[in-house]
This record gives sequence, structure tokens and C-alpha cells, in this order.
Amino acid sequence: MEKKEIVRFSHVTKRYPGTLANDDVSLSVQRGEVFALVGENGAGKSTLMNLLYGMQPVTMGEIFIDGEKIGPQHCPEKAMEMGVSMVHQHFKLVPSFTVAQNILLGHEPKKKLSYDFQAVRDAVRKLSETYGLYVNPDDVTGELSVGLQQRVEILKALRTGAKVLILDEPTAVLTPQETDDLFRVIRRIVEEQGMTVILITHRLPEVMQVSDRVGVMKRGRLVKVMETAQTSEREIASLMVGRDVIFDELRQQHELGEEKLRVEELCALNDRMLPALRQVSLSVHAGEIVGVCGVEGNGQTELAECIMGMRPQTGGRVLLCGEDVSRKTPGEIRSRGVSFIPEDRMTTGVDGKASVAENLLVGKQHRPEFSLLGGLHLRRHRVKQYAAEQAEKFDIRMASVDDPVSSLSGGNMQKVVIAREFSFDSPVLVISQPTRGVDIGAIEFIHERIMQKRNEGCAILLISADLDELFRLSDRLVTLYEGQITGSFQTEAITREEIGYYMTGGGKDELAENAAKEEMRHG
Amino acid sequence: MSEIFNVLLLQNTLRTATPVVLAALGCLMTQHVNITNIGIDGMMLIGAFFAVLGSYYCGSWAAGLAFAIVFGVILGLLYYVLVIRFHSDEFIIGVALNIFAGGLTTFLLRTIFQVKGSFSDPRIAPLPTIVIPGLKDIPVLGHLLSGNTLLVYVSWLLVPLCWYLIYKTPWGFHLRASGEYPDALEASGRSPERMKLSASVLCGVLSCMAGAHLSLGYLTMFSENMSASRGYVAFACVIFGRGNPPVVFLAALLFGFIEALGLRLQKYVPSDLTGMAPYLVTVLMMVAVVLWEQKKKGKVAKG
Repeated sequence: MEKKEIVRFSHVTKRYPGTLANDDVSLSVQRGEVFALVGENGAGKSTLMNLLYGMQPVTMGEIFIDGEKIGPQHCPEKAMEMGVSMVHQHFKLVPSFTVAQNILLGHEPKKKLSYDFQAVRDAVRKLSETYGLYVNPDDVTGELSVGLQQRVEILKALRTGAKVLILDEPTAVLTPQETDDLFRVIRRIVEEQGMTVILITHRLPEVMQVSDRVGVMKRGRLVKVMETAQTSEREIASLMVGRDVIFDELRQQHELGEEKLRVEELCALNDRMLPALRQVSLSVHAGEIVGVCGVEGNGQTELAECIMGMRPQTGGRVLLCGEDVSRKTPGEIRSRGVSFIPEDRMTTGVDGKASVAENLLVGKQHRPEFSLLGGLHLRRHRVKQYAAEQAEKFDIRMASVDDPVSSLSGGNMQKVVIAREFSFDSPVLVISQPTRGVDIGAIEFIHERIMQKRNEGCAILLISADLDELFRLSDRLVTLYEGQITGSFQTEAITREEIGYYMTGGGKDELAENAAKEEMRHG
Repeated sequence: MSEIFNVLLLQNTLRTATPVVLAALGCLMTQHVNITNIGIDGMMLIGAFFAVLGSYYCGSWAAGLAFAIVFGVILGLLYYVLVIRFHSDEFIIGVALNIFAGGLTTFLLRTIFQVKGSFSDPRIAPLPTIVIPGLKDIPVLGHLLSGNTLLVYVSWLLVPLCWYLIYKTPWGFHLRASGEYPDALEASGRSPERMKLSASVLCGVLSCMAGAHLSLGYLTMFSENMSASRGYVAFACVIFGRGNPPVVFLAALLFGFIEALGLRLQKYVPSDLTGMAPYLVTVLMMVAVVLWEQKKKGKVAKG
């Protein structure tokens, strides 16, 4: 097929009050290609696509869809008419409706006055066959897995006969298997239907895996467009952050200190009242990072919550510097020198509506330097000054410390959490998913800070779903499978493949054997 | 016993249930667009007053009903503007509406009719009673199905109609989507706000019709605070029936039955106690809903 331009941005600029989101971007996307648009959070890639999809008006410049210039009244409906559809990061699906009802919402076929259930079903079945995206039209949407919900969302986008499909961070919520499925789907609609897919992402391995060309954005500018086959992750990463990201060795060798955190045969239930932890034992020494590996949902969340006193235990104990804190409240545990970076920053890490300054202050508000009469009167100037210092130290980018934290990007929000938790100078740190949804530049920064804490002699329990992160930071690794520790290794002594084996329950049989050996060694 | 449990009891049940049914149908519209409207009690009261006003001055029940419906539309629009457009708290607006309705109707009663407490006059034309020829001769059923006032039949027709509208038409799908996940509807190019407007206006109209039935169908008078918290009961029925019209209807019938029973028991039990009964049942109904939901949740967890 003749390669022909389908979307063209010509010197497009988008200005928001106070920020330049897109700065003179010129880009051309060809028919029938997968174009990956990469960049750090806030680099302007989503903004650029929102302009194309008509969610925001263009400040300056022109956009052409299939040779046709978009007008000043461009809106999502118009964009769809012109053949551009977008799948957002957050699905727009009604949970109680069936798959078919969701796909045809707003465009229902009628039989006289009634909703034509059969026609809706048939239309979706046909759509699903055309694109080879299989869904059961009668499934209740809210009961489907995230991957399937995304598929419904994609079908919804394709319903109008789109020529260009924009996917905004589609893999952020998917499991590896679901990601593979999605990529197969993308390749199929591109190869068989001649679709054009624009993929917004910051996961570089995925760019390499699925895209034909890649465009790198940085601070609102399109830095470079390359053929994917002729570049490398390393090159893209360095273009994204504007310098060579050296994923180098951060660790310094040093002697381990005394044991700070000890978990003995801990048992707990999950929210559905099923066993989540089965006799988990581990210990963390001063100056050591112990990484917990595992496929998500194998007890990591519960482990962190139990240690922090946020979840009742059904057995075992947690010792902090030798003291049993099993029955203590989160406040008491924190006051004994534990800081906690929770896995979900939006619900547990920050108060979205509160300001950056307030979120940075929490936990210190009673201190005399910030308040009078033990917290009755807040000394606003001191608080702001302190917040500004922290923001500077942790490179938190925002307009003002008075802005609500929810207005920050994911990476900056995470830096707020880290800045606050690290500022207590606690000897023990429990860190969960520190870099989830955070861009590469910020990941590097956060890793350095965690390593710095280790080198200062903190005992750190690191829980992460990212194996690269665990291998990079941890001194020791333990694998958690179905609430049990299936293995414990020195990081140098194990490979990723082997760890994968233990993470998926492979080491279970050896568990008893190992335990016996341990017994003999100690006994 | 036969003095209490007889056909008249069932007849009274239908009569007392009707205002609750109508108000509940209105309330469930707003419930489906995710607005917790507790202002229906006030809407009922205003509807009841203007129905009497219209009927008295024009000498026709139709005018009374028309007055009530017009004010229903106005109240619905007002509610929409305050809650959806100006993003005020739906709860506060609902409470304010109820208090406002009490004050307004009392004030108008005293200034227009120069009476305190209640106003009745032969010139108020009541809603017509409809006798269905074929039915009225059937022994027990005849008494129940025939000889009711107009709005009783209207409410019976509205229950399946509302059910059909909500669950079987594209309009109903948009209505529910706008309550459950407005973003989804918006992304499909429809306006969730418009659905909320429709629901709000329908709620106003139905609530005011409920009021009209109170003052022109059930009784032929207006008295201060005559809605007697039936709006809240209607709300409870909607929660109990999860917004599904037939179930809501049954809940309202249960309420009507208890109230009718209470009235008859007044001969034997102090009326203060019998007056409590419907509201007590309402509380029990709510407890049942909670228990039922917990049980369901438990099952999901076990499965």
C-alpha cells in the first residue's frame, strides 16, 4: 500500500495559563503505522493528542486529518467524524451495563420507541468479528477484567469506523499477558484493517516491541522522530530526559548493622477475609535493602499494611528493634521510627485536595517550629518556607506550594510522598511501589534517594512489582507467592529467570527442604 | 376482627399509598441520575396547595391538576438549576426546599384564604371518581379496582410506564448512564446534564401530582404540612426498591397498608402510637435493605 500521510501537525503550539504545553510541534503520521509518542510526564504528549481529538483548542498552528484542516470548533464528535478516535487511560464505561450496551451507548438502534436489544447485540458481534477483538456482548462490564474492559473501550472507539486510533498509556493498568494481547490486537488492526495507531507511553520496552516509528517529546517540544528499528531504548531514554540516563551501579559495599525489623510467622487476612499471609518471616538489618518480589496480589499489600499496623494480624508478630509492635496503632509504630511509602499514592499517600505544603507537613504539624500551642495555631509562613525547601530538595515541579497535590503529575506527587517520609529520618523504611507510573527521570532520582538512605544506614523493606527496580536496589530478595515466602536470595546470586520461577510458585516444594536445612544450620 | 380486616382496609391502602407511589416515581427518576432528592416532601406540599388554589378559583379539578403540574415543572427546574447548574449540595437544597414549602404554603394559606390550619370549601372541585362498569360488580375486587379517584389509576399506569422508560428505551439507558457514569455518556456525545434536567422536572411534576392527589383526591382540602413526611417515606421506598418501579410500588403499598391499618386501630390503641407505625415500618425496611446487601456481599466474598 502506498504510504500516505494521515495526520499532520504543523507548527502547533498550545499555551495554558503559565505553561507552554506544546511548543511549535510539527509531526506527520503515516497511514497504517504504529506511531509511539514517548516522553516524561508533563512532556506534552497527552496534550498534543487532546488537541487532535478536539478536547482542547489549539493556540497556534494547524492540524490536518487526512488532508482536511480541523476547524476552530473542533470537538471529539467532529474528530470521530473525521476518523480519529481516542481510548483514554480512564475507561468511560458504565459498570452495570453489558458490553454491547456500553459500546452502543448514545447510538442505540431503536425498534419503534424501544431499545432494540437484539440489534445492539448483533451490531457488537459484527464489530467484534470485523476487528478480531472478541468480547461477549452480554457480559456485565463491571465484572470484566481490566484488559477486557479496555478491549470494550477500543471497540467503542472503532465503532464509528475510525482510521486513526489514539491510545493513551494503554498498558499502565494491564498485566503482562494483557499487554501482549493488546499488542497483538494493535498489530492486527494495523496490518489487516490498515488502521493507524498512535500510542502514548513512557514504557520503552513496549515502544520497541510494537511501534514502527517513535517520536520523543520533551518539555512540550518534539525532540526527534525515528524509525524504531534503527534506535535503542538507551537512545530514546536519553532523548527523553535530555541527558544520558546511566542506569549504573548505585550500591556501595558496607557492613550490615544490627537487625531493625523482624517479622515472625506473620499471618493475616485480605479484604475478602481469605488468608493473604501465611507465616511470613523475614528480617531487615540496618544498611540493607530487602526486596519483596512477587506477582501482584500475592500478599505484598497486606504485608506492608500489617507491618504498619493498618491491618489486624491473625498470627505471628512484628518486631521493631526487638520490641513487639504487633498490636500497636500506625501512629505508635511511626513514632518508633518507621516511615512508610504506600503503594497507592492517590488514596493513601497524599490528600489530593490538600495543598502541596500541607501534604509535606503532615506528621510534623505539632512541632513547635510549625505551630503554636501544640498544633492549635499553624505558622503558615514557616510551613510554606519548609515546603519550598523540600520541593527544591526533591525537585518537585509545581506552580505553587499552595496548589492541591492532585494537580501535580504522578511523578511529582510521588516525590511529595517521598520527601515527607524521608524527612522524618526514620531508621526503618517500608517502601511500596516507589516508582509506579513515574517517568524515567523521576525514577532515577527516587532510586538515588532510596540508595542514599540505605548508605546512611536505614533498614529498608522494598516492595515492588518492577523486577528491574528490585534487582537494582536490593541487597537481598525474597519471593512472595500466595502469601508465603518461597525463596530468599542474595541479589548477586540469582537471575531474573530464576526469580520468576520462585515468584510463580516454583519454589514451593523446595520450601520445606530449605526450612529444614536452615534449621540444621542454626540449630 | 372483621371490623378491621375487610375490603375497606384494602381500599384505604390503595388510597393512602397513591401519593407515596407518585412521589416515589418522581424520586426514583432523580435517584437514577444519582441525585439524592429529599426535597420531594416540599414539592408535594406545594403541589397540594396549588392544586387546591387552582381548583377553588377555576372551579374545576382539571385546573387544579394543571396548576400542580405547572408548579411541578417550576420546582423541577429550580431544583436542577440549584443542584446541577450551581453545584449546591443536593441534601441542603432538599432540606431547604422542604422548609421553604412549609413556610410558603402556610403564608399563602393565611394571606389568600385568610384561614389558619386548614382550608376547605365546597367550591373546591375534587378529582373525579372513576367507576369502571364491567369491574364494579365483581364482589371484592370491584370495590378495589373501581370507584377510585383519577390519580390512583394514573399512578397504576405510570408504574409500568416508568419501568418501560427506564429499562427498555434508549432514553432510560442514557438516564441511568448519566447517574452511574456520566463520563461515559458524555464521551458518546450526549449531555448527562440534560438527562438530569429531565429527571429533575419529571420528579417535580410527579411529586406535585402526588400533592394534588393528597388535597384533591384523598381529601378535599388543604391543611398546613399535610404531606406529613410522605416524601421521606417515598424516598425510603425508592431506596428499598433500588429504583425499580414495580418494587417501589410494592413498598409504597406496604406503607399504605400500615397507615390504613393504623387508622383503623385507633379505636383500640392511642392514635399517637398508630401514627408511628408507618414510619417505624420505614425504618425496618431500611434495616432490611442493609442486611440484604450485607448478605449479598458476604456471598460474593465466599464465592
